[in-house]
Amino acid sequence: MNDAAATVTETTYRDAVREAIRDALRRDPRVFLMGEDVGRYGGCYAVSKGLLAEFGPERILDTPLSESGFTGAGIGAAIAGMRPIVEVMTVNFSLLALDQILNTAATVRHMSGDQFGVPVVIRMATGAGRQLAAQHSHSLEGWYAHIPGIKVLAPATIEDARGMLWTALQDPDPVLIFENIMLYNMTGALPASAGAVDIEKAAVRRAGRDVSLITYGGSLFKTLDAATALAREGIVAEVIDLRSLRPLDDATIIASVRKTRRAVIVDEGWRSGSLAAEVCARIVEQAFWELDAPIGRVCSEEVPIPYPKHLEIAAIPQTPKIVAAAKAALRQG
Amino acid sequence: MVDFRMPSLGADMEAGTLVEWLVKPGAEVKRGDVIAVVETQKGAIEIEVFETGRIEEILVPLDAKVPVGTPLARIRTAGEVAVPAAAPVPTAAPTPAAAAPAAVIMAPQIAPSPPAMPSRGLRASPAARRLAQERGLDLSAIVGSGPDGAIVYADVERSAATLPARAEKKRALGLDLAAMRAAIAAAMARSKREIPHYYLEHQVDIGRAESWLAQTNADRPPDNRLLFGALALKAVANAVRRFPAFNGFYREGKYEPVPEVHVGVAIAIRGGGLAAPAVREADKLSVDELMAKLRDLVQRMRAGRIRSSEIADATVTVSSLGERGVEALYGVIYPPQVALVGFGKPVQRPWVVDGAIGPRPIVTITLAGDHRVSDGHAGALFLAEIGKLLQEPDKL
Repeated sequence: MNDAAATVTETTYRDAVREAIRDALRRDPRVFLMGEDVGRYGGCYAVSKGLLAEFGPERILDTPLSESGFTGAGIGAAIAGMRPIVEVMTVNFSLLALDQILNTAATVRHMSGDQFGVPVVIRMATGAGRQLAAQHSHSLEGWYAHIPGIKVLAPATIEDARGMLWTALQDPDPVLIFENIMLYNMTGALPASAGAVDIEKAAVRRAGRDVSLITYGGSLFKTLDAATALAREGIVAEVIDLRSLRPLDDATIIASVRKTRRAVIVDEGWRSGSLAAEVCARIVEQAFWELDAPIGRVCSEEVPIPYPKHLEIAAIPQTPKIVAAAKAALRQG
Repeated sequence: MVDFRMPSLGADMEAGTLVEWLVKPGAEVKRGDVIAVVETQKGAIEIEVFETGRIEEILVPLDAKVPVGTPLARIRTAGEVAVPAAAPVPTAAPTPAAAAPAAVIMAPQIAPSPPAMPSRGLRASPAARRLAQERGLDLSAIVGSGPDGAIVYADVERSAATLPARAEKKRALGLDLAAMRAAIAAAMARSKREIPHYYLEHQVDIGRAESWLAQTNADRPPDNRLLFGALALKAVANAVRRFPAFNGFYREGKYEPVPEVHVGVAIAIRGGGLAAPAVREADKLSVDELMAKLRDLVQRMRAGRIRSSEIADATVTVSSLGERGVEALYGVIYPPQVALVGFGKPVQRPWVVDGAIGPRPIVTITLAGDHRVSDGHAGALFLAEIGKLLQEPDKL
């Protein structure tokens, strides 16, 4: 008896993303993948390796180095009824396509009086840690989370890497998926039956009572490590994985803060005007009277992400900083 | 921009509770306006402002108990240009620590958040504040265990079991006689512990003063009449101008005479309280003005509403037992003052006037002096001067 649900395979985040794309390509003939080097090269982060051979050049499209051009083409295809998956190599480059994303994808439903929607999914890599220097390492997903009309996802776990894409493709509006580059090599178990997951709720990745550590994407595992370190000192931290950066799941955030009365937000974006600032503001708006300490933030230092390894490490959130911030909220700093 | 601070309303005051704001941000105030009411052991005190300007920001909420010197409000003085309420806060400046990169990696002490604004008043978390309010607990009685000693939810929860609910405490403005008793006890014990008192007495014929009063009051309605107390006060005020060793403060081993004369008037309060609010610059007031001030003071004192400038800075005190008292009283100096002049009850005594014995109204005036500052000789001259001044009431 071969129970599929019981079959668990060891896989990587990269393979889980590829499996999600493959699954979507198989299930829906309207789905295709386009982006720089996604075909012959197999993707800058090797996510789409093998897909060209399997699905052919009509569904795995290498594009010119023109983010505005091919993102616009993807948006047009979506308006015309296709379900494109557009891959942008990194969020830094997506700024060239920002006009298409903000001024077209996010506004067409509104400006057409609901006659047209843009069911496009745009995937991009984000984050620092591979010594790719200041033009390839930033975390700008918080900027996209500012824009009404789109959804912004940050899968941090292998299950979410596998499951968010299909749900995103079902969405009638644009969905941006941010994949942190440090997660691609992460290995973990994935049930063979793993499939679509919700893209609305934040997840409590570790239950706790003393402080809520709220994070997403590449910082999730540093935060879980911090929670483990804190537990050794008797501090039971709750770890929230936002998963969706827009819309934010206020209910889960606030319920956690109501319980712990303290919050530290961990966000690889720069502090000023960050997503962490938004989460902080919502907590203050909705749970001010429940708070026991000022809300802490662990964000990236406000510098272009440096190239040298030690400076790159120092520039972004790391476990010791998260531990220190949690202790500060509990006075044990 | 200047800070309006919790005033020290007496040497024994460490903290006060802000119970009423009489102004709102944006209000124009001028020197001398009463802008807040603070509850102290002496009762509710109306606090005056010393600046003229506009209230820029209220810094302490109602019912907050804060130490003396804590800024209560910020005042933009006349002539100052308006600044946006949020003054630029220096955020974490770029750290020059980049010079030591190895240390940067290892050290997690890179500030996890920008430096907090300096704390104002009692530190209690919002959660703690709400719980305390729900349970009717006084936060100032709770010891905090949170960041920087802040009171957090758990502290309030712990205290809920042990502290009496604040609701039981009277919240109405007015006098808390038990607290006042404690304040008197503290001040008087300190006085007797620190001040080497000496006492003098001087009997004064106040016949002329009495007939002058009778004459002056003859055609006045009752509530406009002068009392001997006003003359006595005025005489003391004028006399200390010539004897500065009795008008000032002894602080930190040193006497500082004060050029202004603010005469504290001991006022008994029904039920057992006592306070000595000051008539400010009594030497510059006419007897009529002084009388009006006295009436107002007694009335407000007994109603439990007294102003900060009156309670804090008397430079010398007069205690008068009046008609219902005894013939002489020997006072205890109110620190940091250095003298207290007592007036006994006027009594008819056989007195030799111009070689003949006749009945005269006699008042025993006493002096409790601080021997660190003055000696009996000076004290005697001072008392004699008061007696002399009372012989010419029309010139007071």
